[in-house]
Amino acid sequence: MMLKIKDLHASVEGKEILKGLNLDVKAGEIHAIMGPNGAGKSTLANIVAGKEEYEVTGGEILLEGEDIDELAAEERAHNGVFLSFQYPVEIPGVTVTNFMKTAINETRKAQGLEEMPAKDMLKKIREKSELLEIDRKFLSRSLNEGFSGGEKKRNEIFQMAMMEPKLAILDETDSGLDIDALRIVANGVNKLKSPENAIVVITHYQRLLDYIVPDFVHVLYDGKIVKSGTKELALELEEKGYDWIKEEINA
Amino acid sequence: MELKEKLVSSFLAFENTVDVDAPIHDIRSQAIKVFEEKGFPTKKEEAWKYTSLNSILKHDYSIFPKEENALDFKDIKKYFIHDIDTYKIVFIDGKYSSHLSETTHEKIDVCLMSSALTHEKYKPIVDNYFNKIARQDGLTSLNTAFSREGAYIYIPKNKLADKPIQIIHFSTGKESAQMLQPRNLIIVEENSHVQIIERHQSLTDNPVLTNSVTEIFVDKRAVVDYYKIQNDNQNASLIDNTYIDQQSQSLASVHTFAFGGNITRNNLNFYQKGEGIDSVLNGITIVEGKQHVDHNTLVHHTQPNCESHQDYKGIFDEKATGVFNGKIIVNKEAQKTNAFQSNNNILLSDKATINSKPQLEIFADDVKCSHGCTIGQLDDNALFYMRSRGIGEKEAKALLMYAFANNVLESVKIPQLKSRINKLIANKLNVNIGFDL
Repeated sequence: MMLKIKDLHASVEGKEILKGLNLDVKAGEIHAIMGPNGAGKSTLANIVAGKEEYEVTGGEILLEGEDIDELAAEERAHNGVFLSFQYPVEIPGVTVTNFMKTAINETRKAQGLEEMPAKDMLKKIREKSELLEIDRKFLSRSLNEGFSGGEKKRNEIFQMAMMEPKLAILDETDSGLDIDALRIVANGVNKLKSPENAIVVITHYQRLLDYIVPDFVHVLYDGKIVKSGTKELALELEEKGYDWIKEEINA
Repeated sequence: MELKEKLVSSFLAFENTVDVDAPIHDIRSQAIKVFEEKGFPTKKEEAWKYTSLNSILKHDYSIFPKEENALDFKDIKKYFIHDIDTYKIVFIDGKYSSHLSETTHEKIDVCLMSSALTHEKYKPIVDNYFNKIARQDGLTSLNTAFSREGAYIYIPKNKLADKPIQIIHFSTGKESAQMLQPRNLIIVEENSHVQIIERHQSLTDNPVLTNSVTEIFVDKRAVVDYYKIQNDNQNASLIDNTYIDQQSQSLASVHTFAFGGNITRNNLNFYQKGEGIDSVLNGITIVEGKQHVDHNTLVHHTQPNCESHQDYKGIFDEKATGVFNGKIIVNKEAQKTNAFQSNNNILLSDKATINSKPQLEIFADDVKCSHGCTIGQLDDNALFYMRSRGIGEKEAKALLMYAFANNVLESVKIPQLKSRINKLIANKLNVNIGFDL
């Protein structure tokens, strides 16, 4: 099992957001998590990535069977967790290239590997930027500074391509993307998919799932997964909204 | 005996060692009177409100340089920018060290203040420039009174100094506390260009107090780039008084890298005396412990169509304290002045403090002047973002701090110096990151 979440409870600033969430993700699978605003989708993504402001008050998160609760964000990254941010942070003064070089070499260092030779690094950067149709000039700009919404998201998936994670969580990667950018990003994600890794897509809309086809779709509502199904569930949600689910639960 | 009394009474002994008939000596005699009257500044003075010298004035400093203490180049190599060819003017305990220096009189003069003050051939120049823009305050007057040694640099018109010049002051002070008062005079004539790197380095744990005065004259269309590396040890304090006179179309920049020392006070003064002048004042301050760094700047715009750009970044950890006081004066005649000032600070600890104060006195009505000051912490969201990419907390913080200071670093025009400053910063932040910004 790539990711196993058991009865996860979590709160931020004393407010309980996740209230007993369960999720099993196997290698080679794509899972979509949908749900209304405020259901806890981004909280889930940030908790798995190790954001410290969120407090896990109960339950377990296992990555390939190992409890990662005690691991810092960077250690989770070293173990193969990747979060594509809903709101990527602007970091003036650090270029995209330098950021990626540092990220990859710090990760290699943690894994007991030598730094990647500059030649290999450049080759990899070239390949992955071509995959995401990213202009070379873009790579020498300050990270996310002055990027459009679509450029930021494309840059997130570029980083995913560079880091080659085992578990990628894409938090609303489709928001802010026009249809062309959406196609490029989805195409990139599909090319990165393999039997050895797993992808969790968090989204409001079914639109992205036309391009990144999930094996399973889950509905997150009020801190729990309340319904799971296959890709047809996403279509049903698109058509009928979330009210029927709320009614089902409250009934 | 208080330091002030000791200094005043030592002046008589000093007079026995210099030529009292030289015209310069009248200036010294005047200056000791000014110092006697004004003394050291206290916190009662507005410009010294946040910096007290009391703790460093209590030591029993030796005032006169002793015989030259020899140093082995290999032991002090690390304090030089040694991977490029430069002229070097090196002082040990206030005495010129000929074997560590590399001076010239070919086309340009890169030599000693003591020669300039005593040799007849320099007299017309010295008479024209010496002590002409230095302010008559207590500290500067004290330096003037005891002025005897320092760097003398003269670049005649239409000359490009063929390599950068390093001015380095070492103090060995093995036996006692030591006070040093270097005096530099730098004259760059029309269309000429020079790059200068200055450093003060104590090699002892005994207290060292340096009260340095530098006068720089930048003639029409001349370009001067001046870099100050202030990375001294915990018991060394520095009061740097720099005065820059700029004529039309000239460009002068001063970068101050304040990375350590006990108390560091920079009095940096630019006097613009023509049109089309550009003045650049940049600084990076990174301090911790109980270190104190005070940047007190003045840019005086007197003629139309001139610019000034000030960009000071500060990072303060533990109980370190900082002061930025930036004064800009725009005379009534100085229309179309563009004067910019920015001072951004990061406090890494609850106990660190920074006092930042812009002071604008604008008498012209058609000018663009702006000032901005920020004081903040490192952005938690940015830290999480970087950590989620596998960059450790310490490295992520360092990366953010690098990024914060980077635009100042980028404006360093000597690549080897830039990479040295990069390394100094990396050492200070205790990281080794595989990138070169």
